[in-house]
Amino acid sequence: MAKRVAVVGTGQTYHKSKRIDVNGVELIYEAVTQALEDAELTRDDIDLVIIGNMDHFEGINYVDMWSIDGSGGLMKPTIKLTTGGTTGSTLAIAGYQMVASGLFDKALVIGWEKNSESDTTAAINTAFDPIWDRLTFAGAIGGLAVEASAYMNDYGITERDAARVVVRDRKNAYHNPYAHLRKEVTIEEVLSSPMLCDPIKLLDMCPRSDGACAVIFASEDVAEKITEIPVWIWGTANRHLYTYINDVNFHGLQSLKNASKELYQKCGIREPLKEIDVIELYQPYSFGGLMWLESMGLCKDGEAPRLVWDGVTDMDGELPVNPSGGVIATNPIGATGLIRCAEVAMQIMDKAGEHQVPDVKIAVSTGFGGCMWSDILLYGKEKPK
Amino acid sequence: MEKVAIIGIGMTKQERRKKAETFADMVFEAVTKALEDADMTTKDIDNIVTGCNDFWDGRTISSMAVGDASGAWDKNISCVEGDGTFVAFYGMTRILSHSYGTTLVTAHSKGSESVSSLITNAMFDPIYTRPLGLDGITSAALQARRYMDKYGITEEQCAMVSVKNHRNAKNNPYSQLPMDLSLKDVLNSRMLADPIKLLDASPITDGACAVILANEKTAKRFTKHPVWIKGVGFCADAYHLGDRDLAECKSLEKAAQTAYKMAGITNPFKEIDVAEIYDAFSYQELMWSEGLGFCDKGGGGKLVEKGETEMKGSIPLNPSGGCLSAHAVIAAGLIRIAEATLQVRGGAGKRQIPGSKTALAHGVNGPCGQSHCVWILGGEDG
Repeated sequence: MAKRVAVVGTGQTYHKSKRIDVNGVELIYEAVTQALEDAELTRDDIDLVIIGNMDHFEGINYVDMWSIDGSGGLMKPTIKLTTGGTTGSTLAIAGYQMVASGLFDKALVIGWEKNSESDTTAAINTAFDPIWDRLTFAGAIGGLAVEASAYMNDYGITERDAARVVVRDRKNAYHNPYAHLRKEVTIEEVLSSPMLCDPIKLLDMCPRSDGACAVIFASEDVAEKITEIPVWIWGTANRHLYTYINDVNFHGLQSLKNASKELYQKCGIREPLKEIDVIELYQPYSFGGLMWLESMGLCKDGEAPRLVWDGVTDMDGELPVNPSGGVIATNPIGATGLIRCAEVAMQIMDKAGEHQVPDVKIAVSTGFGGCMWSDILLYGKEKPK
Repeated sequence: MEKVAIIGIGMTKQERRKKAETFADMVFEAVTKALEDADMTTKDIDNIVTGCNDFWDGRTISSMAVGDASGAWDKNISCVEGDGTFVAFYGMTRILSHSYGTTLVTAHSKGSESVSSLITNAMFDPIYTRPLGLDGITSAALQARRYMDKYGITEEQCAMVSVKNHRNAKNNPYSQLPMDLSLKDVLNSRMLADPIKLLDASPITDGACAVILANEKTAKRFTKHPVWIKGVGFCADAYHLGDRDLAECKSLEKAAQTAYKMAGITNPFKEIDVAEIYDAFSYQELMWSEGLGFCDKGGGGKLVEKGETEMKGSIPLNPSGGCLSAHAVIAAGLIRIAEATLQVRGGAGKRQIPGSKTALAHGVNGPCGQSHCVWILGGEDG
């Protein structure tokens, strides 16, 4: 019989541009150890290891095999998933489903990346079709710049609106000891930072980080014995709509729209802005922090700037977004989507320390990547029916 | 475990070089065939798991290339990077979790567009072992030597596997290298890495496979003869070759025990009618036979000598011709599942083992069989 599933422990490394103090396996070990300690479990308690990253960032083939000494997967079922930027959220969805299958009680899910060991953009370029798209429209920033331009044009959004998102996230990151960029910035600093790809400037964009995250998923048979506050998965959904560039219209993030709609329906969410208490959004750049709130149905199209300027998404607002500081502050790509999962779990468990949002009962994490792809998960303090 | 069935399979012909087809073309062909086989359309599929590898495909986010071809538009989709048996495992749990009812699993690769020695070299530690030139073939040679040395397995016994599997391939229209070989042909073939010779090794192959998994209700709606998943397990051993005794396959033993326990199998040699196992090299069919409990440790050589693994033997291995006759990496394990499905259905044509009720499929990840996945399939009363 299918089981209900909860997050019972989380761990993450500290993040930097270059973690020269550890190799990849040691980085993974750091996150795994933290997660096991958080759940007060040992390696022997784990039934399944699920790991993911993006191969071309480190140049290691069969990472699930290579990382055994760090993941603790020795003589255990060990499997690798990868879907690009969405890898971390894809891993969380798999952790949920593989435990819900009833075949495993406790799964250790690991996302990691050591971006310093590669040329990130060169590696991302190879995602795109080698004949049709790679020569003309590839890489991470260009596509986002098109989306941002269309959004500005459609609704009269300004670069200043986007900068307000950065100010919020960088302020939140200051209170998160694991964040990579922990210096607050002003709107003027964002607007005057070097242009990367119009309208995206350096401070509108996420960094690339070295880091890892581990999350332990447990079935309802054991979750409540492991932790006082298990974080129950209520539902998951995803859409990966982009194969070729012409598959996507850049007006609104269609994949997130469709996935959110499916998720809310599954979980009985009618008024997401009111019902959700905190969101960790996989938001690699500032404009996404506006437009994608609309795609998630939190407000009408074009209205996100008002929400953000009014402080609705600030730490003390009605629906705090990215209390951790989000992706704009920390981005170890294969881990990034899983950190969103870990962070909302910490919020529900009341373990988020200085960036804790009071009384979180329902939370959402997302993943973005592939190209304009979206994953989304909804968590609750209450056990789902 | 609740019941999950395999209700459709499809594969491309496996060839040395598919000049005309992209990854998406190959996957589309396999998916179309699987849907026809299940009497379904893409509308009946509610989620997809692709099997892709960024190194073999030369693309990061390699699953992006095959989303459309898998009919994944506006559906929940994921990607396992590893052998097809592992991909299908995740596909099965998506049904057992009650997240979905029908999973389409795909896997593909084009060896012709890859440099397999470089790609398999990238499995090894970049500081210590990669510069030694270890790759899929040279690491397998170390394992073969250790295995032969520990258990007195001979090059002739390994060669027998190659002769048998290439002969079996003659009955399989999808296989790449159907051949009548003599022991001498194998033993005298070009040395690749002692003791592995050209005909002890699997070829470079292009190909794709698709398998449709469904819960009991859906399975019964679409077919009168579903093939049920009776048991499945996977397990990984140590990474560094020096941390293992390469003559042993502990992780395979554990994966097999998990699958057997689930399927209620206590004597695999007797209870399994046919097995499709991952013979990337001839010695591996012998070693994996031991790990799967078809014989005692070190008994793999005798097993093939006695003809037990022939089409008419007690435990026919690789009636399809196995990986030795066609080895589209990543797809290969899913092809083993598809072949085992055909055997249970009685639909394997000239390569059918008569009366097969219980079939085993096996896949491998990592160097020297570091990680194994074992599937037991059966018919309604199997």
